[in-house]
Amino acid sequence: MASMSPSPADNVWTASDEEPIVRIEGVTKTFGATYAVDDVSLTIQRGEFFSLLGSSGCGKTTLLRMLGGFETPDSGRIYIDGQDVTDLPPYLRPVNMMFQNYALFPHMTVAQNIAYGLKQDRMPKPVIAERVAEVMALVQISQLAERKPQQLSGGQRQRVALARALAKHPKILLLDEPLGALDKKLREQTQFELVNIQERLGITFVVVTHDQEEAMTMSSRIALMHDGRIEQMDTPRRMYEFPATRYAANFIGLVNLFSGYVTEHEDDLVTLHSDEAGCDLQVHHSQPLASGMEVTVAVRPEKIRVYEQHRDLPNRIHGVIEEIAYLGDVSIYHVKLASGKTIQFTQSNVQALAEQPLTWGQEVALGWSADSCGVLTQ
Amino acid sequence: MLKKHPLLVLALVAGYAFLYAPIISLVVYSFNDSRLVTVWGGFSTRWYGELMNNEPLLEAAWMSIKIAGLNASLAVVLGTLAALALVRLRKQRGHQSLGVMVTAPLVMPEIMIGLSLLLLFVAMEDVFGWPQGRGMLTILLAHVTFSMAYVTVIVQSRLAHMDRSLEEAALDLGARPMTVFFTITLPLIAPALGAGWLLAFTLSMDDLVIASFVSGPGSTTLPMVVYSSVRLGVSPQINALATIIIAVVALAVLITGVSLYRKEMRQA
Repeated sequence: MASMSPSPADNVWTASDEEPIVRIEGVTKTFGATYAVDDVSLTIQRGEFFSLLGSSGCGKTTLLRMLGGFETPDSGRIYIDGQDVTDLPPYLRPVNMMFQNYALFPHMTVAQNIAYGLKQDRMPKPVIAERVAEVMALVQISQLAERKPQQLSGGQRQRVALARALAKHPKILLLDEPLGALDKKLREQTQFELVNIQERLGITFVVVTHDQEEAMTMSSRIALMHDGRIEQMDTPRRMYEFPATRYAANFIGLVNLFSGYVTEHEDDLVTLHSDEAGCDLQVHHSQPLASGMEVTVAVRPEKIRVYEQHRDLPNRIHGVIEEIAYLGDVSIYHVKLASGKTIQFTQSNVQALAEQPLTWGQEVALGWSADSCGVLTQ
Repeated sequence: MLKKHPLLVLALVAGYAFLYAPIISLVVYSFNDSRLVTVWGGFSTRWYGELMNNEPLLEAAWMSIKIAGLNASLAVVLGTLAALALVRLRKQRGHQSLGVMVTAPLVMPEIMIGLSLLLLFVAMEDVFGWPQGRGMLTILLAHVTFSMAYVTVIVQSRLAHMDRSLEEAALDLGARPMTVFFTITLPLIAPALGAGWLLAFTLSMDDLVIASFVSGPGSTTLPMVVYSSVRLGVSPQINALATIIIAVVALAVLITGVSLYRKEMRQA
């Protein structure tokens, strides 16, 4: 089981004295009466793979477009590498963007598409040709140079779009749902490739995605957005293990939530009572909580164990197995508690055929440790 | 599949006959030796020869071509600008009324356009001394006024369907707005510009009503000559002229058709 304290590597991107490559200060953008982005502030460090995660309409794309210069904030400032770019048009910003639909120029060949940005800088022709060849080799599309975009597959187009955006060696690469249009297998492959390219070039990547798995796999840090605000900003691991709010806990992965109230707070161990769980629960929590305070306990399904096998667990609940979803690698069990609440827990299918498998209608005692769950106050 | 029902075949033949029989008879009678258009007097190309010597008719044809060409080019430039304004400035105040006003000539009766433009030109000459008299310039201005509306509509629909992110991508890659327009927008709407140009050319070649109002001495267009000569009795020369025009148009259609087909085959 993974240690619950954040590993040292997790802090690399959160604590740095270096001047951040992106600094967004109190940016707000409205469309009519709706706040697309509502007073957002964040910093992104040099060389980060930063994800803006959220469901559609949460403001992540608007924020990315403001970095690219396609939208101007109503208020607040945006700095890139120390320079105030808030009012700069896209063609004067040291960033490039990979568009969601790739936006390849249909009347140009792949090579012309990639050379377009370099031509705007009036580079000498041999230099342009060299750069184009170099970046095409990087994303492995050298053999497609003379094709037109209509003659390419979705995956090839995605590579051309990436090559075109990388050709100018931007300080920041903005990617709007870079893998959204690819099928699942290709998407998984490309995720790692993107990370490899990013690490090789050392360019800061800012990615917009609605896919939490994608964000978890690729990012150094994730900003989870909701209703134009940042719900939580953290490393993928901390995001998963220590969600800050109910929304964040629900958005990333599966979670069981028990509402209850604090009965005792001693050192860093909180005891609370939950009618939903039907018992007292113990949670490690360092921030002081007043007695009687309404809180929520969040437990990930894989942290829950069958009690018979782990008798030392302090949190113990009873229920009846209602549903079993067999996914191959794991099984998800839905358990109905006495309070009427249904919770989920998962078990790895370590053995092909377990000797005493859990079955429908079986009564089970479940438990989890005090440091494998979290307290949410919001 | 529809079965080849005799009635269907008949309908097809009748439809084609209705469309093309007049044109075929026109072409056939252009090679008629007789002076009377309706009486066959043997094969001859004499009317083509006489046509070549008919100075006024040829002059009018040249005048029409000049006006049509200039008109088409001007209408494409103005119509494209109007379409850009209509598509891109949607949030601006007055957008709606601009759209209505630009496209009004599409639904206005030609005779009204002709008359109102004539009155305008006369009044302008009184007040500013320009345009002096009526002639090729006034016909051109009148034609641009209404054919621009057609170009606007064609280009507007193309622009509306164009992916905005293409232009954003170009901006993002460091191209300034002017460069974006000439390297991205223009090539992408080029087919619409071509279609608009051809339509404006045709409209101008075809126009009799408006030209009659705003033309002056020494600026007779082809339709005006044809119309006035028909009133005096149809000369087979007109048949010959019509045959030549049909041949040119058919050739142009064939060439564009083949080149479009080839382009599509290349892209597929």
